Amino acid sequence: MMEDDFIPVRVSVNGVPHRLFVEPRRTLLDMLREDLELTGTNAGCEHGSCGACTVLLDGQSVRACLLLAVQANGHEVMTVEGLALHGRMHPLQEAFWEKQGLQCGFCTPGMLMTAYELLQQNPDPGEEEIRSALSGNLCRCTGYQHIVEAIRLAAQRLREEAEAATPSGTTA
Amino acid sequence: MKPARFRYFAPHTITEAAQLLDEQGDEARLLAGGQSLLPLLNLRLARPSALIDLNEIQALAFIHPRNGGLVLGALTRDATLERDPLVAARQPLLAEAAHYVGHLAIRHRSTLGGSLAHADPAAELPAVMLALDAAFTLQSSTGSRTVAAAAFFKGPFQTALQHGEILTEVHLPGLPPRSGSAFLEFARREGDYALAGVAAVICLAEDGTIAQARLALCSVAPTPLQAIAAETVLRGRHPDNAAWQAAAEAVVDELKEPPADIHGSAEYRRHLAGVLTRRALARAAQRAERSHS
Repeated sequence: MMEDDFIPVRVSVNGVPHRLFVEPRRTLLDMLREDLELTGTNAGCEHGSCGACTVLLDGQSVRACLLLAVQANGHEVMTVEGLALHGRMHPLQEAFWEKQGLQCGFCTPGMLMTAYELLQQNPDPGEEEIRSALSGNLCRCTGYQHIVEAIRLAAQRLREEAEAATPSGTTA
Repeated sequence: MKPARFRYFAPHTITEAAQLLDEQGDEARLLAGGQSLLPLLNLRLARPSALIDLNEIQALAFIHPRNGGLVLGALTRDATLERDPLVAARQPLLAEAAHYVGHLAIRHRSTLGGSLAHADPAAELPAVMLALDAAFTLQSSTGSRTVAAAAFFKGPFQTALQHGEILTEVHLPGLPPRSGSAFLEFARREGDYALAGVAAVICLAEDGTIAQARLALCSVAPTPLQAIAAETVLRGRHPDNAAWQAAAEAVVDELKEPPADIHGSAEYRRHLAGVLTRRALARAAQRAERSHS
């Protein structure tokens, strides 16, 4: 193999299949941003400290800066662009907007993906659990208070949606 | 902030990986979870000529029971260690400590073998290996050998691994009945490297005294540190506060020069090591007693 060889990658991003060729040194983060032009995922520290590039790989949160693009071959990636459905913001996004869970917005995509995973696993997290889940995502503006409030609000709405979707007379 | 060029290989078997390691020479590196190596590549603190990615080797990701203990594949992720029922049943210390490794998004990728081979003196799992009397299988293209954890960690980021060798398996002996363990650490923020961490195992005798204690610390020395003097102090004693205090004093005596940085002075780390030792031992003993009732 030559050093400048490109390697074929087949990857599904937000449900859309892609085939592309990448250098081995390409990170998943740069593949998303530069090759697929999905710039919602932010490049912060690029060494795993800040959490701004958090995406889901096969449903599990990962740092996109700490994976090689070639390692995503055959896997499913979900980014912040995958949260909104049919032009409607995800309840988490709506709650961040309503509660002012962002100021400059740089950390927001990572916060949203981390919160999305948390609510998948725990539909009713307490404040401590939320703060613990967010411990790997740095925000330099908000002091986290409104982010925590937004996640609690989104959790409540998602629970209500789930209850409304459950036919009455049955147990969830 | 982008890695320098490297050749990339993703073998499917250990044999292939070992051959590649031979062929690619001294500047080749193995890639496990990548949660320590990728930062080094991105910052160009490491510039390997080739990366041999172990993530496609299914035979490295397993957890098996063996003789009351466990054998774990080196590619077992920290998030798996945290949640696996067999680990929780047989070596809860490993599950408890794995939870302290970074953040969930890190633990979804970071691996047991990667942490051991990287040998960061601040890492939790190397200390746990000393406390659990682990042994590692190191495999190369010419054969394999077994090295005890106590002989594996040589210095900061230095191990007994020779070039051409891959850490493939971790062997943890079973604990006798009436055993308990605990891992405790203190970090400035959740997920940060600890200023000090303690892994403790207590095995009680029939008469309720301490038959054996094992104690290891991270973040307070150039390598994970087995506190042998403290272990000796505890043997045969009653599991009480006086015993924990004596062990803590022995630990503090053993710590010649803990690292000092902006996060904590050497003196503060010695203090933390003593306090955490007392607490971890007390918790381990409590669990040992509860396991019997």
